[in-house]
Parts: sequence; C-alpha cells; structure tokens
Amino acid sequence: MADPRLEILERRLANVRKIIAVSSGKGGVGKSVTSVVLALALRDRRFKVGLLDLDFTSPSTHVILGVRDLQPIEDYGIIPPVAGGLSYMSIVFYAFDNPAPLRGLDVSNSLIELMAITRWGELDYLIIDMPPGLGDATLDVIRLVKNISFLIVTTPSILAFETVKKLVNLLNSLKTPILGVVENMVMDDKGRIRGEVDKLGVRYLGEIAYDAGLEASMGSVEKLKGTRFYVSLERILKGLL
Amino acid sequence: MHEWALAEGIISKADRIAIENNLEITDIVIQIGELQQIDDEILQFALEQLRTDNMKKARFTLETIKAKLKCRACGEEWRLDLSSLDEESSEAVHFVPEMAHVYIKCPRCGSPDFEVLEGRGVWLASVRGVRKDG
Repeated sequence: MADPRLEILERRLANVRKIIAVSSGKGGVGKSVTSVVLALALRDRRFKVGLLDLDFTSPSTHVILGVRDLQPIEDYGIIPPVAGGLSYMSIVFYAFDNPAPLRGLDVSNSLIELMAITRWGELDYLIIDMPPGLGDATLDVIRLVKNISFLIVTTPSILAFETVKKLVNLLNSLKTPILGVVENMVMDDKGRIRGEVDKLGVRYLGEIAYDAGLEASMGSVEKLKGTRFYVSLERILKGLL
Repeated sequence: MHEWALAEGIISKADRIAIENNLEITDIVIQIGELQQIDDEILQFALEQLRTDNMKKARFTLETIKAKLKCRACGEEWRLDLSSLDEESSEAVHFVPEMAHVYIKCPRCGSPDFEVLEGRGVWLASVRGVRKDG
C-alpha cells in the first residue's frame, strides 16, 4: 500500500529556494534562538522566509517569537500564519500548551503529516528548528527533504562538542551538506572549538558571546533585534550569503 | 490531514502508477483510518476534481478503518469514540492524528502512552486498470 503523503511532501517544498536545518548534538545550546534570529535576519534582508519548528516534544520558537492568537488558515491544505514577518509553522497550533508525548514513529508521522499539509508557497529560505540529536526527526528530514543543508550550533562545552562530532559524522556519512558550526554562549574565547571544527573539516562560521540580555527579549521580535546575539548572528550571516 | 491535500497525494501517486504501467485506471481503493476524521464527501469531491486523463472514468472507493488503540502502560485495548472529543481537540487530531496522544488517554489507567493498532493513516490500497496498449 502506498502512502499518499510522501507524494505531496516534495511538491510542498518545490518553490523553496534553500532549506536550512538548525541542529545540535545536545539540547540547551541556543538552537531555537539561533533558528528564530537567523530567520528574522534573513527577513530583514528582504528575503521571503519560513520558519518550521520540528521540535515536537519541546517546541519553543513560538515563545521566542511571542506568537499569540495565531492559527493556520485551511485552504487546500494549511497556509502558515505570519509571525514577525515569517511564515511560521509549529505543532503548538495543534497541541497548544499541552504536552505531546510522542514516540519515534509518532514523531515521524507528525513530521510527514505537517510537511504534507503545509503550503509554504514561494520562499527564499525555510529555516527548520530541529530537535537535538540524531533521532527520528533528523533522519526523516535527511530522508525526505531534498537539498537540505545543516547549520550546527554548539557551545564551548566539551560535552556539547562531543555530540557535534557524532552529528557531523552522521551527516557526512549520509552525504548531507553542512553549512558550518556556530559557537554560541562564548564567555572566554580560547579558540579551542574553532580548532576542533577545523579538524572535522567543517567550516567554523563564527562565535556568539554569552548574552545576558537575551532572556529579557524573549517574546518580542523588536527586543530580539536589539540584542548582541542578533548583531553577532547577523555578522555570521554576512559570511554565509 | 486535510482532504484536498490528501486527494492531491492520492491522485499524484495513482497517476504515477498509470504512467509507469501504461494504464487507463478503472478503480482506485483508498483506506482511511478513522483517526484521520476525513469527510468522505469532501474527499470524494476533491478526487473527482483532481482526476487526471489517465483515470477519466475511474471509480474511487473509500473504506474507513475503525480506530483501535492499545495502552502501553496497562495493556488495555479499546475502540475510540471520537465524538467524545471537543471541537478544538477534534480539529487538531484531524490535521495531525498523532495529536491523539495529547487529547486521548487510556480509559483504564489514564496514560497517553498508547499504540494505534488500527485506524491511522490513509493508504492507496489498490489501483486497477486496463493497459492502454491492449
């Protein structure tokens, strides 16, 4: 028996020029904030940008963006609502504030379902906020989304970087392009992570200093754009484009 | 999943089968899990509207598979009563059936950790036709 969802998934992304999965080996490294700010910074450069939160069990981009009272529009599928100038899609539109206890197969099915119904239309960039690690969502986007590339976020911690090595290894073995590594929450730069990233043969995109003011900007796109985090990521983006 | 999105996927897959096998399709059977809460009339209408030249006279048959769940915590098996869901929850499960884990609990022990044994997903069960080259 054939699954008709897989037929349309590819078509839904046909008019998206570039798809970037923002990923990490471990949680808590600032991956979701990086996803949101990257999307906003691209939008500020007049690109058409979409943001998809695939962290189903712990979604947070809606909190960062301050999404309230928005719902997708039903029209031959689903049209994502606009938040902060971004076409925005998240499981929170269906789970709301409730926990979503999903096992692996459920994660895969939710991902396929959401990607099959969402009509992004024409986009220059689709930024995907991934759950951390090498689980089902990561394997599924690699399997199902053609032309995807990964941007990896780490902190200076050896614990975080240890998992980055595994992620890079997996992506390389699956021949999935890696844009590079962003080092977040840097407090005392000794260039150690930069050296380690070089050893992996991956591009070190730049560092973002620990920004104590970031927390106060959660929920406000305007405040986010005034943070040092935003300025640093904007500088990194310049090198990426 | 939305009926139109679903119809688009079904037609696209069936059309591909027709092209690959040089078929004029006569019958398409679609199995629909109850959890999807598909409106058969809308789906049938969407299929009629989207049908391609390779299936001009094809008959679409929709079969609903009742939902059967099994609790992973206590082993309870039960048939789902979707009418017990409020409108918002029902809508969420309609678009993303895995949201059942958010809104449905085991009737015996209250756990949301259950398995959908039957009645999830939409499947192109069979495609029949005659070869165009006779």
